This record gives sequence, C-alpha cells and structure tokens, in this order.
Amino acid sequence: MKKKNLAKDLKKNGPLLSMCIPGLIFFILFSYLPMFGIIIAFKQYRYDLGIWASPWNGLKNFEFMFSSPDAWIITRNTIAYNLLFIFGGLVLNVAMAIGLSEIRNKFFSKTMQTIVIMPHFLSYVIVSFLVLAFLHVENGLINRTILPLLGQEGIDWYSNPKYWPYILVIVNFWKTVGYGSVVYLAGIAGIDTSLYEAAKVDGANRWQQIRYITIPALVPLMIILTILNVGKIFNSDFGLFYQVPLNTGALYPTTNVISTYVYNMLMSAGTGSVGMASAAAFYQSVVGFILVMTTNLIVRKKSPENALF
Amino acid sequence: MKKHKISIGNIILYSVYVLIAAACIYPLLVVLGVSFTNESSISEYGFNVIPKMFSLDSYRYIIASKSTILRAYGVTIFVTVIGTVISTLVVALYAYPLSRKDFKYRKIFTFIAFFTMLFSGGTVAGYMVTTGVLHLKNSIWVLILPYVMNAWHVIVMRSFYTMSIPSAIIEAAQIDGANEYQIYFRIIMQLSLPGLATIALFSTLTYWNDWWLPLLYITDSKKYNLQYLLQSMISNIQNLTENSAQMGSANLLANVPKEGARMALCIIATAPILFVYPFFQKYFIQGLTVGSVKE
Repeated sequence: MKKKNLAKDLKKNGPLLSMCIPGLIFFILFSYLPMFGIIIAFKQYRYDLGIWASPWNGLKNFEFMFSSPDAWIITRNTIAYNLLFIFGGLVLNVAMAIGLSEIRNKFFSKTMQTIVIMPHFLSYVIVSFLVLAFLHVENGLINRTILPLLGQEGIDWYSNPKYWPYILVIVNFWKTVGYGSVVYLAGIAGIDTSLYEAAKVDGANRWQQIRYITIPALVPLMIILTILNVGKIFNSDFGLFYQVPLNTGALYPTTNVISTYVYNMLMSAGTGSVGMASAAAFYQSVVGFILVMTTNLIVRKKSPENALF
Repeated sequence: MKKHKISIGNIILYSVYVLIAAACIYPLLVVLGVSFTNESSISEYGFNVIPKMFSLDSYRYIIASKSTILRAYGVTIFVTVIGTVISTLVVALYAYPLSRKDFKYRKIFTFIAFFTMLFSGGTVAGYMVTTGVLHLKNSIWVLILPYVMNAWHVIVMRSFYTMSIPSAIIEAAQIDGANEYQIYFRIIMQLSLPGLATIALFSTLTYWNDWWLPLLYITDSKKYNLQYLLQSMISNIQNLTENSAQMGSANLLANVPKEGARMALCIIATAPILFVYPFFQKYFIQGLTVGSVKE
C-alpha cells in the first residue's frame, strides 16, 4: 500500500523534484556544509586534520578573541557605522525618491535616475581607485589642487584614522543612495493619483502634498525596510571597509569591522589567529541570526504581509 | 498655462539634481582624465579631470604588457559567461517548482532556499569547507561555483513565474499529454524570458565585479581576474611607495605599474558595465521591485 503511494507520488512530483536537485546540491555544498562547519569555532583548527578531525578546545577561541581590545573596537565600529548607514540612508533614499518623482520632465528624471544608480554598478575595487584619485598623498585631487587653493598643507589620508569615519560615510552614501531610492520610487508610483488631484482641488501646494500624502504613504515601507536592515546590522559591507581604506593597518581603529577582522585574522599567519577568526565569525553569524529573527518577529506583529516569513 | 511657469522650486529642484548627478560622475571623470595623460604630467600637476598633456601612454603600456592583463580579462570573461549560464539555469529550474501550487514539496524547498538568507556559516567555515572539503583552492571553478545558487535570485524568479504564467496554460499542456520537462522547456521558459534576463543580468554583474572569491581562494596570479588584478596593483603600489619613501627616491616608481596605467586599467574594467547598464536598467529595477513583492 505504502509503496504504491510512494510510486504514485514520485510519478506526480518526480519531474518537478528533479528540477530542484541541481540547486539543492549547490545549496548543500556552499551554504549548508559551512553552517555545520561553524563548529570550528570550538576547535583548535589544524590544516592537516580539517574541520571534523581537529581537536576540540572548548571556549578558548572565544576567550582569546573577547579578551583582545579588538573585540570591542570591531563591535563598536560595526554597529555605529551600520546604524548611521541605516538611518542616514533612510532619509537620503526617501528624499532622493521624492525628488525624482517631483521632476515633471520625464526625460530629465529618467536621465537623473540612470546617473544616480550608476555607482551601484561599480565594484568596490573600482571605488577604491576613485577614492584614491582624490586622496592620493602626492597626486590626489585634494592634496594637490583643493588644499593648496585654500592655503592648507596636504594631509596624509591613509595614515590618519580620524578622517575615515567621514570618508567611509560619504563613500557609502555615494554608492548606495541612488539604488536605494528605487524601491521607494516604486512605492511612490503606486500611490493613487486621485489623492493628489483631490489635494490640489483643496488648494494644497507641492510641499503639503509631499508632507501629507507621499510621506505617509511611504511610512509602512520605511518601517519595514529599516527593521529588516537593523536585523542585518552585524553584516557590514566588506568591500567598503576593506577595499576603500586599502586595508591599511594604521586605519584599523576606525575602519576595522567584524567582517574585515575575520578576514584578516583568517589570512594571518599568527598563532591562534584562525581560532580567533572562527570565534568572531561565529559571533557574527549567531548574533546576526538572532537579530534577524527578532526583527522579523516585530515586523510580523506590526504588518504580517511585510514580514520575511 | 501653469505648465509654462518656471517656479523657483523647480529651479532649485533641477539644480540640486544636476549637482547630485555631477557628484556621481565626477570621480569617474577624474580617473578617465588621469588615464589619458602621462607620468611626467601627473608628477608635475597631480591628478586632473582635464589632462594637461593628452597622452595615450597608459593605454599603450597596457597593450604592451599584454600577457597579465589580457589573461585577467580572459579569466573575467570566462567566469562571467560560464557562471551566468550555469547560475541562471540552476536558479530558474529550482524556482519553477516553487511557483507551482500543486508541487507537494514546495514548502520544504522554499524553506531550504530561504533559510540561507537568515543564517550563514560565515567566512571562516565557508573557507574551510571550500578549501579543505571541496579542494577548490586555486581552481578556476572556485570563482564560479560559490555564486551559482542565490536565494534572492530564486525568490525573484519565482515571483516572475507566479506573475507571468497562468496556471491554465500548464493545465492545457498537461491535458495535451506534455510531460513536465516539455512544459518547462517549451512553454514556461519562453514565457518567462524577462525574468530569466533579469537574473542573468544580476548574475553577470556579480561575476564581472567580483574580487571577493579571488581574495579568498586564488593565490596563483595566472588565475587573477580583472578586479583582483587591479586590487593587487593598488596594494603593490602602496608597498612600493612606502619603500621608496624610506629610500628617499622616487626613481623606483618611475618604471613600475604607473599611476596612469592603473587608472586606464580601471577604465577598461568598468567601461563594459557602464556602457551596457543603461540599456538594461529596466530589468535591474524590475528585479528589485519584483523581489520585494511577496507571494
């Protein structure tokens, strides 16, 4: 009886099931195996033995990692930068979208949109070159042209950590705001135009229309995207923090985040550095997971249709 | 009447956007300007948008030193083409059953894809598995395989199927005696071409712009792709500048990968994307908005 059912089931679902198999294999190899591999954080990794055979060493890796001053610095940097990116980005993305939607000339607004999303298509390696063109100590635009005009001395940008919070924030918004506005622009396009017509009849000017129709209509989207971004707060944009400062050690106090710390420790030849890398990676994955689950729970309570699951 | 009135608000709005657009493009123009000048002009005047001395030296230098750069170009093109084909096919096949309400295992496979967006093993575990278990270090395939499956692309593609394929078509084909493979390859694929194009473009961009996988897994300079070659050039120059500063001479720098040449390479690596994306912008935007629509 059971066998018959299975055969029938396979006949019915088999072909569709087979379409999922190649993708499933890739998910297993590159997503699920590493999830189990996370136990490496509790082991003393030996390259000759591999993940499974390396000896356990309890919480040693975590003790080393959290007792180093780096633990605090990378956590602080990761959270502070991401909070700034999330809330600053929210304001700028929405402003950019509203501005674009207010441009009545279709050709102009389309051209502007094409230009502002351009930085999204550049890799961070390219972006690091663009930044270098400005900040190059000897030939850069700022040291060679702008500062002399102001009668100022050139600045050694790549050895002074104090400038980097500003540089990273500017570069981040330069690269992400255009593309980030796309979702909000779609949101604005979905607003019922009769609302605006009614407002015009009532004598509302453009500011009032934005204030009382556009922004309130975008609020649900803003809340959802923000909460979801807060859930990803532990995952920094590796390229921004690694490529743009050219991975310069002198800048770590203000540029090192969890992701770059993990990479640098992993590639470092120092004793115990792989262990510390794996502890930091575990910390990032698990706290990140808890944050995503919590924020999603909040979204689901507020507006179930926008929750991830 | 009102249409022709030029209000102050409009003037400000348009000017602000012209400034924003300028800020977006300006850095690229600087790099372009530097790539079209020669080293002596750079050391005399620094980097400038408009070259003080126009010169094609940098591009000649790149063409002359063909082996490394052409090779890197070859790696990038190979990885992008093969990667995009494999990834699009695997993602499209995986997403299709998830759009079929009558597929019994739909929920499980959706969850399998979805969970990878919530939790990841992280860089270290991924590195250990890829190098220690799969033995892919320094293989060209390590630049392709890790990006083949992508849960986000699966969700975008599933939304495309749900939106563009009426279930009546599938039922009609089933009545005509077509099996699932015939239905998919003969009918569904044709109907979902915009969706396929969208994820193929996402994938092309990912592969073309990637430097993360070579940063992790490639030490053999023959397998550097363009982006990674560029990155390694920037770090080499950093080291060289530090050394020459210590030795108090700039001579060392005179003959090694020059400023202009690096900027020219930067332009060469970016130009294909910059020329192409405006034409496909529609698909990128569509993909982004479609993906955020829940089923």
